[in-house]
Order: sequence, then C-alpha cells, then structure tokens
Amino acid sequence: MTIAPTTDTSHHEEHPDFRVLGLLTFLVSESLMFGGFFAAYLFYRGLADVWPPHETEVELILPTINTIILVSSSFVIHFGDAAIKKNDLKGMRKWYKITAGMGAIFLLGQVYEYLTLGYGLTTNIFSNCFYLMTGFHGLHVFIGLLLILGVLWRSRRPEHYNATKHIGIEMAEIYWHFVDIIWIVLFSLLYILTRF
Amino acid sequence: MLQIPVSLLTLVAGITVTLFSIWVGQHHSLLPVQASEQAPLVDNFFNIMVAIATALFLVVEGTIIIFLVKFRHRRGDDTDGVPIEGSFALEVFWTAIPTIIVICLGIYSVDVYTQMGGIKPRNSEQIAGNLNKSGTAIAATLSDEGGDSLQTKALKSPTIGITGENNKKADLVVDVTGMQFAWIFNYPESGITSGELHVPVGTKVKLNIAATDVIHSFWVPQFRLKQDAIPGIPTTLGFTATKTGTYPIVCTELCGGYHGSMRSQVVVHSPESFENWLLANATNTDKVTNTIALSPEEILTPYARELGVNADTLAAIHQ
Amino acid sequence: MTQTQLQSPELPVNHGAHPEKWKWYHYFTFNIDHKVIGIQYLVTAFIFYLIGGLMAVAMRAELATPDPDVVDPNLYNALMTNHGTIMIFLWIVPSAIGGFGNYLVPLMVGARDMAFPKLNAIAFWLNPPAAALLAASFYFGGGSQSGWTAYPPLSLVTAPTAQTLWILAIVLVGTSSILGALNFVVTIWKLKVPSMKWDQLPLFCWAILATSVLALLSTPVLAAGLVLLLFDLNFGTSFFKPDGGGNVVLYQHLFWFYSHPAVYLMILPIFGIMSEVVPVHARKSIFGYKAIAYSSVAICVVGLFVWVHHMFTSGTPGWMRMFFTISTLIVAVPTGVKIFGWVATLWGGKIRFTSAMLFALGLLSMFVLGGLSGVTMGTAPFDVHVHDTYYVVAHFHFVLFGGSVFGIYAGIYHWFPKITGRFLNETLGRIHFVLTFIGTLATFLPMHELGLQGMPRRVAMYDPQFMALNQICTIGAFVLGASVIPFFINVLWSWGFGRKAGDNPWNALSLEWTTSSPPAIENWETLPVVTHGPYEYGFNEEDGTSVKSGTAAEPSA
Ligand code: HEA
Ligand code: HEA
Ligand code: CUA
Ligand SMILES: [Cu+2]
Repeated sequence: MTIAPTTDTSHHEEHPDFRVLGLLTFLVSESLMFGGFFAAYLFYRGLADVWPPHETEVELILPTINTIILVSSSFVIHFGDAAIKKNDLKGMRKWYKITAGMGAIFLLGQVYEYLTLGYGLTTNIFSNCFYLMTGFHGLHVFIGLLLILGVLWRSRRPEHYNATKHIGIEMAEIYWHFVDIIWIVLFSLLYILTRF
Repeated sequence: MLQIPVSLLTLVAGITVTLFSIWVGQHHSLLPVQASEQAPLVDNFFNIMVAIATALFLVVEGTIIIFLVKFRHRRGDDTDGVPIEGSFALEVFWTAIPTIIVICLGIYSVDVYTQMGGIKPRNSEQIAGNLNKSGTAIAATLSDEGGDSLQTKALKSPTIGITGENNKKADLVVDVTGMQFAWIFNYPESGITSGELHVPVGTKVKLNIAATDVIHSFWVPQFRLKQDAIPGIPTTLGFTATKTGTYPIVCTELCGGYHGSMRSQVVVHSPESFENWLLANATNTDKVTNTIALSPEEILTPYARELGVNADTLAAIHQ
Repeated sequence: MTQTQLQSPELPVNHGAHPEKWKWYHYFTFNIDHKVIGIQYLVTAFIFYLIGGLMAVAMRAELATPDPDVVDPNLYNALMTNHGTIMIFLWIVPSAIGGFGNYLVPLMVGARDMAFPKLNAIAFWLNPPAAALLAASFYFGGGSQSGWTAYPPLSLVTAPTAQTLWILAIVLVGTSSILGALNFVVTIWKLKVPSMKWDQLPLFCWAILATSVLALLSTPVLAAGLVLLLFDLNFGTSFFKPDGGGNVVLYQHLFWFYSHPAVYLMILPIFGIMSEVVPVHARKSIFGYKAIAYSSVAICVVGLFVWVHHMFTSGTPGWMRMFFTISTLIVAVPTGVKIFGWVATLWGGKIRFTSAMLFALGLLSMFVLGGLSGVTMGTAPFDVHVHDTYYVVAHFHFVLFGGSVFGIYAGIYHWFPKITGRFLNETLGRIHFVLTFIGTLATFLPMHELGLQGMPRRVAMYDPQFMALNQICTIGAFVLGASVIPFFINVLWSWGFGRKAGDNPWNALSLEWTTSSPPAIENWETLPVVTHGPYEYGFNEEDGTSVKSGTAAEPSA
C-alpha cells in the first residue's frame, strides 16, 4: 500500500457538473422502455398472419415528410450547439428557434395524421400499438420542445450562456437526438416494415 | 496421545456427509404417491437434487460452525485475524465445483424433461414454421386467405406443454376447459361431458387444455404434472396413469376469490371399470352441448355437488 | 464530457445555506442531504414493513383453519397482493438501496453528497404518493386482488379501479428507483475520492453499482408492461385481451424481465452489507475481494437472462423451458463464490458475536437453504410439480426474509452507531435475533412440505389434510410478529439514551468510520485521503492489529 500524497482539498471544492452524464444514463434506461414497446410490437407482428390487419393500412407520404423534418432538425440543433461553443449566442438562438419550429411542425403533422387515419386507438391490436407508440414518442417530442423553449427563454439574458457555460443547451440537444433516434426505429417498425 | 491428522478427519467427514446426503435423498418422503409414468422420473431427479443440496448445506453450515467455534474471539485478545486476502487456487476450486454440478444438473434435467415428453422435434419445427409464416413477404401473399389460415391454426393440436408423446400417440384425448371456478372435461370420442376427469390406468391420455375467462392451471400432485390453461392459447398435457385411485385436481394459478375452491378429481379406473363409467355416462352427452351459449352458472350447476360448492355460492360469485 | 462547469446551481456544497446540525423537523421536509434522505428511506420503509407484516399476520390467521372464516376470500387476495407489493416495493427495495445506499455510498467513497442531491430527494418523495395510491386502492376498490404479479386477464376483470391505482403506484416507485439508480452510478463512478483506487472501493459500493445498473436496465421494461396493462384497463385497447387479438403471455414476459432482476435488486445490496459486516466483526480481511466484486456483476448480467423460469408451466414451448433451466442454474455459481468467500473470511478471524454478526451468520444459513431450493425450481421438470405452490412461497421467504431482512437487520446493528452516535442494546439485540431465527424457521420451513404435498399458493381455503403444518406456520408468524417488539423498543430507546459509541466503535477501516458519529452535514471538514484498502485487518506487522483510527484518512483539521 502506498501512501497517497496529501492533497490539501479545501472546504470549498466543487465537483464538476455531471448533469450530462446523468441525462445519458437516464436515456439508456428510457430507451429500454421503448425497447419494451418495440418487443411487444414485434411479438404481435410475429403472431399475426396479416400485418397490419386490413382495415388499418398505414399511410406513408405524410409520415415520410415528417420523418425528414425531424431528422434534419437534429442537424439544425447541432448547428446551434456549435454556435454557442463559438460564443455566438445569436446564432444559437436562431438555430434553436428553427429546431423548435420543426418540432412543432412534426407534432402538428402527427396530430393531422391521427385525425385523418380513419381508425382509432381501439380498432385492433395494430392500431393499439400504433397509437400507443407514436403517442408516447410524441409526448417525448413535446418534452424536448419544452426543453428547447426553456433554453430560448433563458438565453434572453445575454450572460446566461457562453462558450464555456452551456450545459442546458447541450442537454436539450442530446435529448432531441434521442427523440430522433427513437423515431427512426419507430418509423422503420411501424411504417416501413408494414410495407414488406 | 496419537494425533489424528486433519486430512483423515476431513476424509471421514466427507464420506459421512456423502452417505448421509444420499440416504436423505432416498428417504425424505416429502412427496406424495406416484401415480403417473412421469412421476418416478421427476422424483428420482428431485431425490438427486435433495442429496446434492443436503451435502452442500451440511458442508457450508458445518464449516461455518467449526470456524465459529475455532476462531471465536477470546476475552482480552486485541489482535486481528491472520492477514490473508484470498487464494486463487481455492477460488478456482469453489467456482469449478458448483459449475460442474450445475452443468450436470442442467444436462440431466434436459434428459428428464425429454423423457417426460416435454420436448419433441415436432415442437421446434412448428416454431420454425410459425416464424416463417410471419415473414412479411409470405404474410403479404397469404393475406387473402387470412381467415383460413387462422382457422387451421386453431385446429392444429396445441404444442405448448408436456405432450408425453415421445414415441406413441395418445389413446384417449380429453378436452379440458378451465373457468371461474371449475374444470369441465369433455370426451370428444364418446361425447361425454363431466366435472371430473376419468381415465383408465396404463393408457396414454392427452389433455387439450383451454380457458374461457382467466388463466387457470391444471395440477395433479400425484402425477407431478402441471400446465396452465390460458385464454387464447391452447396447451396440452400428456400422461399415463400408473395407479388406480382418486387424486385431486388443483387449480394453481390465481383466478379470483374462489381460486382456492377450484378443485376437482381425477379418477384412475381399471380398464373395465372405465368402460363401465363410459357406458353409464353415455346418457350425459347432451347435458352440456354448447358451453358457449350458457352462462357459467348454468354450466356449473350440475357439477356443484362434485365441486363441493353449493348452488347459492355459484350464483353469488357469478352475479 | 468535454465541458465541465465550475459553478453549478445544483451543487450541494454551499456553506451557510444550511444549519450546523439538522433539527428533527428537517427530517420531514424536502431535504437534499444524502444522510437525511437515507434515514427517511429507512424509517418509512420500516413502517411499511410493519404494515405489510400485519397483513401477513392476518393472512396467517386466516390460514390457521382450512375454511375462509377470518377474512373474506376477496379480501384475502387483496391482503396477499398488497403484502407482496409492500414488502418488495416499499420495504426491501427502499430500505436496502434507498436507505443504506444513500446513507453509506457517499460516506464510503469520500464524497460530500450524491452527484444529484435534488434528484435524490425527488426520488424519495415519489414513495409517499405511491403509498397513498395503495391506500386509496383499498378505499376505492377493495384493494387490487390479482397478486403482486398482476397477470391479465385476471387483473383486467377484478377490481379495476384498485388495479389502476396499483399500477400507478408501481410506476411511481419504479421511477423513483430509476432516478436513484442513475444517481448511484454517477456518484460511484465520478465522485470517488481521487486517492481511492477501484480495488479500494468497499464491496458495498460495488454491490450498489451492480444493483443500479440492473435497475436501470430492467425497471423501464416493467413500466412498459404496466403502461400496456393500464391502457387495457382504462382505454379500451386489447394488448392482453385474447378475444381482441392480444396475448396474455406477453405480459408475463415483460413482467418477469423486470421482476426476476428485481429479486437480485433486493439481494445484491444485502450481499454488499454482508461483505462489510463480516470482515469487521471477524477482524479479518475479506477473502477474495475481486471475486466478490465481479460476482455481483456476473449475477447482474446472468440475471437478465433467466426470467422464463417463472413461466415453466405457462405458454412457453419446450426449448425455452430448457434454455432458461440452464441459464437459471448458472446463477448459483457466482452466488456460491460470495457465500464461500464469506465463509473463508471467518477462517482465521477473531469472531465477535455481536448482534450485527449474529444476523449476518443467520443470513448465511437461511440464504443457502433458500438458494438451494431455488436451484431445484430452476429445473423445468421439477418446477412443473411445484410451480405456484407453497414450495415457491417457502423459497422466496427464505431468500427474502432469511436473506434480505436478516441482512437489513445486520446492517442496522452495524451502522446504527454511525447514524446516531449510540450503540443498540446488545441484550435486546440477541433476544431479537433468537426470536427472528426461530420464527423464520417455524413459519417458512414447513411450507416446503406443504407445497410438495399439494397445497397451491394464493388460496384462502385449502384441503384439511394440510391443517397441522399450516398451524405451525401461523404460530411461527406470531413469533415473527413478536420478534419485532424488542427491536422496536431497542431502536427507540437507544436512539435517545443508548451507550455513546464514538466515531469508530468497531475499529473498522472503511471511510465512513473516519468522520464523526453522526457525521457532520457535509461529512468531513477535509476530505479523507485513502492510504489503504477497506479490509486490511491484521496487516499491521508490529502488533497484529489493524492500523487504528486515523489510518484510513487524514485526521480532520
Ligand atoms: C431475494 C430474492 C431472491 C433471490 C436471491 C432468489 C434466488 C434464486 N431464485 Fe428465486 N424467487 C424469488 C426471490 C428470490 N430468488 C421470489 C420473490 C420468487 C417468487 C415470485 C412469485 O412468483 O411471486 C422466486 C421464484 C423463483 C422461481 C420460480 C418458481 C416458480 O414460480 O415456479 C425460481 C425458478 O427457477 C427461482 C430460482 C431462484 C434461483 C436459482 C436463485 C439463485 O440465485 C440462488 C443462488 C444461491 C444458491 C444456490 C445458494 C448458495 C450457493 C452455494 C452454496 C454454491 C453451490 C450451489 C450449487 C452448486 C447448487 N426463484
Ligand atoms: C421481503 C419480502 C417479504 C417479507 C419480509 C415477508 C414476510 C412475511 N410473509 Fe410474505 N410474501 C412476500 C414477501 C415477503 N413476505 C411476497 C412477495 C409474497 C407473494 C405475494 C403474491 O403471491 O402476490 C408473499 C406471500 C406470503 C404468503 C403466501 C400468501 C399466499 O400465497 O396465499 C404468506 C403466507 O403465509 C406470507 C407470510 C409472511 C409472513 C408470516 C411474514 C413475516 O415475516 C412478517 C413478520 C412481520 C410482522 C408480523 C409485522 C410486524 C409486527 C408487529 C407490528 C407487531 C405486532 C404483531 C403481532 C404481535 C402479531 N407471505
Ligand atoms: Cu382457477 Cu385458480
Ligand atoms: Cu426469478
């Protein structure tokens, strides 16, 4: 056993901020909740002879447009993060505003799709899964949107974020990417896989 | 005085523990009588596990007690124990031994389970078949006959459960339906419906098990066999009774307030008395023809006496 | 992370913002000190233990006779369901992980608090509403009655309001345990004092780390299953309704994917407690530190792939029954490594029979018995006979009561001096131990025989042939009930008037003993510097003692 050097840590030492790490850990856990839904969905699909059942065909055009919007918003939000790292608060605000707009369009598109689909939550087991999974994801998009709006609200004060202090911005970005990745899986399962 | 070497003591202790454990394994008499072909298989397996468990338990507890006595703290001794942090050899040893034990147990249990008729090659084919069918490409082409294939699927004999058909098909098939809180047995060949299961001794029997409301579970302790009755998923249980007598049928899956009273009996007849029972009950055939059209109460009332429940209770639980 | 930040609003270290010492009423508030939260967890969990235990006594009273005479069968089912739910979700999990974990982890790794103190408090405060929901389920719907497993379709057709409230309660405690788990992972990973190497991390922290990873990976799947059940109950979907195209067995997969790991959530922290208590009271270094640390990780990994052993008689095909038989048996190996490690730790020690040690030794015998019966059920051919019988009830009470509860008691006797600055009374502790030991054997040993002979579980009425054995169980339950009384008196009395303990009464080497008892609000004036491992008893060559106080850390300034 070696004697460690005495570090004179003073009373006022502070530990670094681990919120990003905490968020990542949380998202790993969260993705397993989606994992549970995905597994359930694949289970039902495996049991069924016809999937999706006749009366519940999914439409593809609108969701594809929606997907493109959501996926590209992930790039947009990244520009915002890059901007604040260069201490460009204005740029950050611009990109985050665009992202928020895209997120809102996505949600509206989702609502529009719900209204026009012609079947509801309780129609059959496919529609059960469809609404539950997209709805649950939509809830996450909504939360992500609130986070982005929160960042925008706080960044009104010019000194709130800068090149070295922008954890909130980073966390909103990470969350948004997460929502995006989940959507890609969802889209493959619910839309693309039902076509083949 | 002659010093007995420790290794000799250990050897003697080892032999004693082994012999004692084997004896316990054979003589514990914890299990009820054996009345099916599978029962001895299960029991022999259990006896071996009891022997191993007894040995492990005695060794671990014995060691602890010896250590407690030997290394107890003595008054006035302020020193600490010997500075040992581990021993690689010992650790490998006590990882390896349990590994070997559990691998042997694992292999043996697969063997026992196969002998019980729990695994059949047909099972795995069917699963592969199901997976294929659900492949999307095929599903698309099949989509027009969706209704049809559903039908055939339901007609296929269930593949979940111990079929007991390793080499020979069953001679007697009985359809079993579980419902709150009774079992209904239907003999498709003779059309008899009964609240008790009657089977001839020494005959391969296959139960096709279904449930109408919630999950139930069919258990005959003397057969050592159990299978859930699951709404929407047909299951099966195959056995050959080896001993005449009357044994309880117990529902072991929580199915509501009166789960505990969901009991019936299996009567294992000699072949002749089974024939007699069949003849005597042939008149019974239309008693319950269409179970679906009746309320559970109506179905159950004729069996109330056998179920040990009176009609009022039945009415009360099904209001 | 690339960016770190020096000033953070979340930081606990903020002098002047808190008083020098917590007053009693601070324990009833949203307090972010990990020690306060730890005590909050322990005390509330213990209250739930009493409630769950009283339910068990009511059940045992009912089972004293074959007829349903004491309580109505539906009420019996409600008691049974909520007994299981409370014991698992509001007693073992919160006390072992929330209580000991929160109190000890920062102290053991040399941190001033958890990584996210506010989150920690939030996680605790999710528990009282969950309890309120369970209480409400009795008031509004007669209590949920479909077992702690809540299998549909039964859970969809009996007492739907109560079932809904039950689901919400479980989702709340699940969220609480996810938040707690992520906090532990980050704390142990990042807040360990730099001078502490990974192989100087106390084994309790290893155990909590493994537990937390397991909780993070399995709890959300339960949440998914319960959300589906909630929708089936209230929003007309048919995930688990066979006539609507649903599948009831899917629920069982989702449930056991969580709930099998959940049993390891309840035992791994206890294993951690064992690894702390045994070396200290045997005055001997833990035997095979690495093996014990890694076996926690092995149990956690293998534990994720054994869940179907709860479904051997359900809608699972033969090959699945075989695959999961083998994976289940493998868990015995890492568990054995721990057991043998503790036994070997006793060898060559100077064993003190303190109450803490007595409970730890009691655990060794009880848990081995329960583990061995677990292995027998792990094999499908035999489980087909005993599944859903009292044999299973016997198994899990031996591991849960003989394991987890004994371990929690051992932990309380061991750390009470640290938490309060006073010893628990040893005489009362011994009475408590003897009553508990006898009570456990009397209550749960006969249940093996009951199950093997043919008594199913979850029944309010049974075949009269089983009456004699059941009465032994019932008497045992009353002994267990009585055993709580000396403990209860002991804790209340000693907290106020017990013998003063000093900072390091057991002469132990891990970091929590280097601070005052009870520890100051931010644990240390000056953070300790680790100079040796937590178990180096007898390593001081001159006089054969462990290097005494001040050795594990620099004396505080
Ligand atoms: C603390 C909780 C806890 C723990 C630690 C365990 C540990 C184990 N459990 Fe248990 N179990 C439960 C809690 C727990 N269980 C509960 C609550 C249920 C019921 C749920 C319900 O239906 O309501 C249950 C049910 C349950 C079942 C389902 C029974 C059924 O419903 O049909 C099975 C089947 O395989 C099982 C197996 C095991 C095994 C193999 C272990 C192993 O981890 C045990 C390993 C330990 C040892 C083996 C002993 C020490 C080792 C040695 C001395 C080494 C040498 C040993 C050998 C070589 C064998 N358990
Ligand atoms: C950690 C978990 C834990 C603990 C500690 C216990 C503790 C006890 N349990 Fe168990 N139990 C479970 C977890 C636990 N249980 C689970 C998960 C189930 C399955 C539920 C299901 O099937 O869904 C179950 C089911 C279960 C059953 C089977 C029910 C059935 O299948 O029908 C029984 C029956 O005897 C039982 C009994 C007991 C008893 C007597 C105690 C005793 O140890 C309790 C001792 C405590 C007290 C007695 C209370 C405190 C004392 C006082 C307040 C003093 C005053 C009282 C007196 C003087 C009497 N429990
Ligand atoms: Cu039917 Cu229990
Ligand atoms: Cu398990």
